[in-house]
Amino acid sequence: MMKPEIQKAPPHDFREVLQKSPFHARVDEKSLVKSWTSWNGYQTARVYDTLASEYFAIRSSCSVMDLTPMEKYRISGPDAVDFLNRLVTRDVSKLKPHRVTYVAWCNDDGRVLDDGTIFHLNEGDYRLCSQHHQLDWLLMSSLGMDVTIEEETHEVAALSVQGPTAFSVLTAAGISGLDVLKAFGIMHTQLNGFDVMVSRTGFTGDLGYELWVEPTQALPLWDAIFSVQQRGLYDVRPIGLDALEMVRIEAGFIMPGDDFNTAETAIRAGHDRSPFEVGLGWVVSFDKPHFTGKKALLKEQGEPIKRRLVKLRVEGNKPPADAFLYDAKKGRRIGEIKTSIWSPVLKANLTMADIEYRKGQAPREIWAEIFYQKELGWHATWAKCEVSEQPFWNHPRRSATPPDSF
Amino acid sequence: MTNTMDKSVVVVGGGHNGLVCATYLAKAGYKVQVLEARDEIGGGASTTSFAQGYKVSGLAHILHSLNPKVCKDLALEQAGLERGVAIETIALARDGQHLTLGKDSATGGSLSSEDIAAYTQFKKEFRRYAEALKPMMMTKPPRLKGMDHKDKFTLAKIGWKLRFGLGTDSMREFFRVGGINIYDVLNEEFDNPHLKGAMAVDAVMGLHMGPRTPTTVLTYLHRLWGETDAGQSLPSGGMGQVANALSTAASNAGVSIRTGAKVQRIRVENGKAVGVELATGEQIDASMVISNADAKSTFLDLVGTRELDAMFAHRIHKSRTKGTVAKLHLALNGLPQIEGLSAAQLGQRLLIADDLQYVEHAFNHAKYGEYSDKPVLEITIPSISDSSFAPQGHHVMSISASFVPYALKGGWEGQREALVKNIIALIEQYAPGFSAQVLASELLTPVDIEEQYHIAGGHWHHGELAIDQMFMMRPIHGTAQYDTPIDGLFLCGACAHPGGGVTGVPGHNAAQRIIAMGAGKK
Repeated sequence: MMKPEIQKAPPHDFREVLQKSPFHARVDEKSLVKSWTSWNGYQTARVYDTLASEYFAIRSSCSVMDLTPMEKYRISGPDAVDFLNRLVTRDVSKLKPHRVTYVAWCNDDGRVLDDGTIFHLNEGDYRLCSQHHQLDWLLMSSLGMDVTIEEETHEVAALSVQGPTAFSVLTAAGISGLDVLKAFGIMHTQLNGFDVMVSRTGFTGDLGYELWVEPTQALPLWDAIFSVQQRGLYDVRPIGLDALEMVRIEAGFIMPGDDFNTAETAIRAGHDRSPFEVGLGWVVSFDKPHFTGKKALLKEQGEPIKRRLVKLRVEGNKPPADAFLYDAKKGRRIGEIKTSIWSPVLKANLTMADIEYRKGQAPREIWAEIFYQKELGWHATWAKCEVSEQPFWNHPRRSATPPDSF
Repeated sequence: MTNTMDKSVVVVGGGHNGLVCATYLAKAGYKVQVLEARDEIGGGASTTSFAQGYKVSGLAHILHSLNPKVCKDLALEQAGLERGVAIETIALARDGQHLTLGKDSATGGSLSSEDIAAYTQFKKEFRRYAEALKPMMMTKPPRLKGMDHKDKFTLAKIGWKLRFGLGTDSMREFFRVGGINIYDVLNEEFDNPHLKGAMAVDAVMGLHMGPRTPTTVLTYLHRLWGETDAGQSLPSGGMGQVANALSTAASNAGVSIRTGAKVQRIRVENGKAVGVELATGEQIDASMVISNADAKSTFLDLVGTRELDAMFAHRIHKSRTKGTVAKLHLALNGLPQIEGLSAAQLGQRLLIADDLQYVEHAFNHAKYGEYSDKPVLEITIPSISDSSFAPQGHHVMSISASFVPYALKGGWEGQREALVKNIIALIEQYAPGFSAQVLASELLTPVDIEEQYHIAGGHWHHGELAIDQMFMMRPIHGTAQYDTPIDGLFLCGACAHPGGGVTGVPGHNAAQRIIAMGAGKK
């Protein structure tokens, strides 16, 4: 099928430091604290009103987040699937149309450049979403292949609608057919006369959808969803990046650039990471044609693993942000905590931590030395840590089809 | 390793380096087949007929650096190699005051006694620098990360040669000039502008560099490598005779050679080379494939980017390979008349390079996709020493013209005649009546060289010989020790260390590397 022409967004006015998303009028209206940050150059809310209410919207009702700043690339042409399969470590040749898959990609040395998702929009027409800007790497990787790569970050507006009532809210907003949409599925539909693409994807470990429209339809989409709240049917709240950070750690999703240095930004030897070291061994497939980094990864696979990014639960209630990790109380230093949150649902300190392995062996014990403040006085304490192989939060709702309506 | 399948080797390209590598491997017990796309073996070392009754060396036309160890190891003289008459370099002057530049001495023209003495001293000193770098020449360039014993030994030898071979003063001077340009160094040492212009040619010919380009001292030393072994000569029968000797030696060693067999694909399975596919579709299995082709042709065309990591393919793609030399062959109805030159002197290597400025200006045009009205010319008249090259009384002239860009503004279509006329008019200034002597001509622009000799960019050295593309970075790091990211695929041509020229050294080094790896070394 021919890929539709992408209408280029007008150039960003350089006098505005941060670019405004097509949802900005509504985002600004809903933002009570005006806590802005930059996400890929877009003016993005960290918090709208209070972090707790936004967090609980994700975990117990329905949340809406502006996803537009996420890097998006359209990939098409006769060699599109071969291109993608050589780019990423996972075998994506069998990804069916209207399906989504999680992928990571490496440089020649088998070091992770970024992770993301591939959307098989229609036969032979793909969208790659990534954390960081990847256009140069994609173009470089396309040498000798008949493939078209276009950035469409600014040409596609997207909302993430997540939470236990997300299905009910979207159905009430007028989107039908969601009852048969499976996890990682894509559906092309209409809402109030405009085209909407819905994917059952998200970053929360729970039921959720992502909705993709042309920028001109951004506000009508937002209004249709929030009309459900205005009609008094379900609570719907906008959420910022801070609440997302909490739920993504609960769900065990890693953030390249936060949890580990990406290969592109690593300057010193040893400061980059392989997929095995960040727990992405499960997306490395050697049983497929050549991909960038394959030779290096095959070699690494035969050697004892040197370190792992792990999901680490830290005992107690003292915040373990930036703590060093030891193999015993006052023992040998073996790692550090990269990102951490207090999980209100699980009542625990949850973290992503980088741990050294000795001779390929995980440390038997892990202890965090936590520095914390009490009335401006500093104190130190030790907390035992426990590695979790499973995500801290992975609700069966995430994949139940049809989803329960609450 | 006694299984013949384990030792079956296909060499892609029957150039001089391919033949050298093939012969060494055959002698080591490998079963070697050389596949050459052209109808004749030899690659850049060939003798061709460009007009009825007129023959000439196709690309390379002077033998100046064929390695003595290779000659000895492969018994090339027994296989028919004749170096032919030794020649000197004569820098032509419009006023008849020509300069003769020998290996150790310069004479003629209005050279001052100071310049004559300085020339002898300079050549001696710079040959010592070239000698000091020689441990690097006949072995794989050392890796800087993950060195093996051989790499460490190579570096130690160079260190020793620089420190104790050269001595403190010479070593200091070597480090001072090693990275700078030949323009500054020649100006420090000499007065005569013509002498300086002619000497600079050896530093920049074949390269996208002018005398003022940094590191042209290094490229000059590269050229001197050849001179440390043997002088320059015109082989009787042309460079094709050298190729024939190599071919005979290869056949004697048991190499089978197929011409007219164009490889269109190097077959790779699971990251390992398993053979080749010919343009006819014929598949040939082999446990090892050795490419005498340049790096771009090898990796991007024959292997294909899908079998390679993205950055590796990108770096190969971005390596600089655009040639800067055109080859012009002229059929003449008699010997040109150059004032002040005897017939014997006409048979030497003649240079047109008035002074340093002349050479630099000629190069400037190439930077902008143009060629100069006043190109730098290297001229030989091989029919003087080999009368079989032209009908009785007639002659052929073989000219390497620098700097002629690969990517000419507006393309080569319709602009070739102008270049030929240009060159003939320039020679006419030195040899009155010359243009009337020209009966036929053949011009090979870098684009023609690319097409006819299957060299991407048509570059003399299969890729620019600049410091970032030399030694452990030739053609790029990651494939600079003759092995490649593809298991069982090796490079043996001029794109590999130490580069181009009819030396046989890359072929020799590649064979040593393959034999060592076959014995279990990494």
